[in-house]
Amino acid sequence: MNVLLDHLPEFREGFLGTLAITAASAVLALVLGILIAGFRVSPIPPLRAFGTAWVTLLRNTPLTLLFLIAFFVIPQIFFPGTSPFVLAMGALGCYTSSFVCEAVRSGINTVPIGQAEAARSLGMTFTQTLRMIVLPQATRTVIPPLSSIFIALTKNSAIAGAFSNTELFNVSKLLSDKGFAIGWIFLWIALAYLVITFTISGAFRLLERRLEVAR
Amino acid sequence: MSSSVLYDAPGPKARVRNRIFSVVGVLAVLGIVVFAVLRLNAKGQFEPEMWNIFNNASVRTNIRDGVLTTLKVFAVAAVLSLLLGTLLAVGRLSDHKPVRWLVTGFIELFRAVPLLITIYSLWLLFLTYKSELGFSGDSTEFWALVIGLTVYNGSVQAEVLRAGINSVPKGQREAAYALGMSKTQVMMTVLVPQAVRAMLPTIISQLVVTLKDTSLGFVITYKELLYSLQEMAGNILVNDENPYFPMIVVGGVIYITMCMVLSALATWIERRGRRAKTGIPVADATQPTAGGDIANQAPVDLPTDLPDIK
Repeated sequence: MNVLLDHLPEFREGFLGTLAITAASAVLALVLGILIAGFRVSPIPPLRAFGTAWVTLLRNTPLTLLFLIAFFVIPQIFFPGTSPFVLAMGALGCYTSSFVCEAVRSGINTVPIGQAEAARSLGMTFTQTLRMIVLPQATRTVIPPLSSIFIALTKNSAIAGAFSNTELFNVSKLLSDKGFAIGWIFLWIALAYLVITFTISGAFRLLERRLEVAR
Repeated sequence: MSSSVLYDAPGPKARVRNRIFSVVGVLAVLGIVVFAVLRLNAKGQFEPEMWNIFNNASVRTNIRDGVLTTLKVFAVAAVLSLLLGTLLAVGRLSDHKPVRWLVTGFIELFRAVPLLITIYSLWLLFLTYKSELGFSGDSTEFWALVIGLTVYNGSVQAEVLRAGINSVPKGQREAAYALGMSKTQVMMTVLVPQAVRAMLPTIISQLVVTLKDTSLGFVITYKELLYSLQEMAGNILVNDENPYFPMIVVGGVIYITMCMVLSALATWIERRGRRAKTGIPVADATQPTAGGDIANQAPVDLPTDLPDIK
């Protein structure tokens, strides 16, 4: 009990840090994921190949290795002096984008074939078909998997704490270094993560209900 | 829906446009690659001496030991997590309320907490009671990593198996009871084997996640593949530069190969399962989520009108 009350500022900062890094990389993952899902169904072979390579490589690489690349190679080679937050966001966002891409692509596959055929016969182009007909309908089937992807992202963001970002894992490290019992710290941190993950799954369930249509 | 429905077979105009897009896309990717190569080259990461380090016997031994350690952690954690997963799945379907609640609480807690935090807390706990628990050398890190991986992946595997058990047709259970089998017999000889068969692709996909997560040993300074690579990259100096790039390329190739072999196995089993006509659907082999929260998804892959076994 005392650990939480005496170190409320640290806990609050860690909580907000986790929220910030999760939100930032979620946005990056969504944008990249949808873009690359578009690449993977596009009529242009090099883009398709790029999308496939991106997904295969990132899905089979441990996230820790990506963090290693982001923190030891990227600053040396591309942009020296990038803040740890941006680097962590890049690693988490790229990793998660491959999962978002697969979810979106399987969502595209669940839209009835007639929808795209009708759009095509109205003379819509590939981009128009995807943007105005297929993706809006795919949204509904994509939302449940997206919810678990973002929950996983929240949990993965703990690794950012091991790479000099302020978030909940970092707080647990800091407090245990100060000599507090790890059991209590673990419980409070677990509670904080539960709050975030329950909020995400609740929000997505709400979204799912809002987007529901009677078929 | 096959993607070709989204566009017609390209005519002359579209072919030209597609070609332009192809060229632009390839040029953009090439531009990034060339930029990266130039910068890497400026840092001397392509010098022959830089890559010559892999001819060094001790570097090779270190990499081999790293791979073996990673595989050892994976093997132990995989076996233990499957055992724990079966136990928890059966516990969650138990007729006794206290058992059910306890197991559900356990599963939900460890699935919600990031694996890294579980492993780190276990590590600190083991370090504090190191002498009482009889750990020596790096076995503290080993067991923290293995037990952390086991409780997390065991919880996820339990949910996968539970979905599998619920997907076994009701008649199987009823027939088994009608033959006079006991509850344990029905579970262990009729339901679980069929559930494992149905969920095998998902179970293996989760094992891929387990394999990837062994790299979290890096954070608790356990000498598995990633840690040895990072340590070597930090200690070796070639022309005043650390060989981070060669090390990461080699490590990445090793990790990706190991994971892809396991994933290929899952896909192969899934395709075989499609051929068999047992009436029990075989789950998708795809890994739906980043952290391996497959269990949240498993029911989506299964028919929803199946009987619910309490």
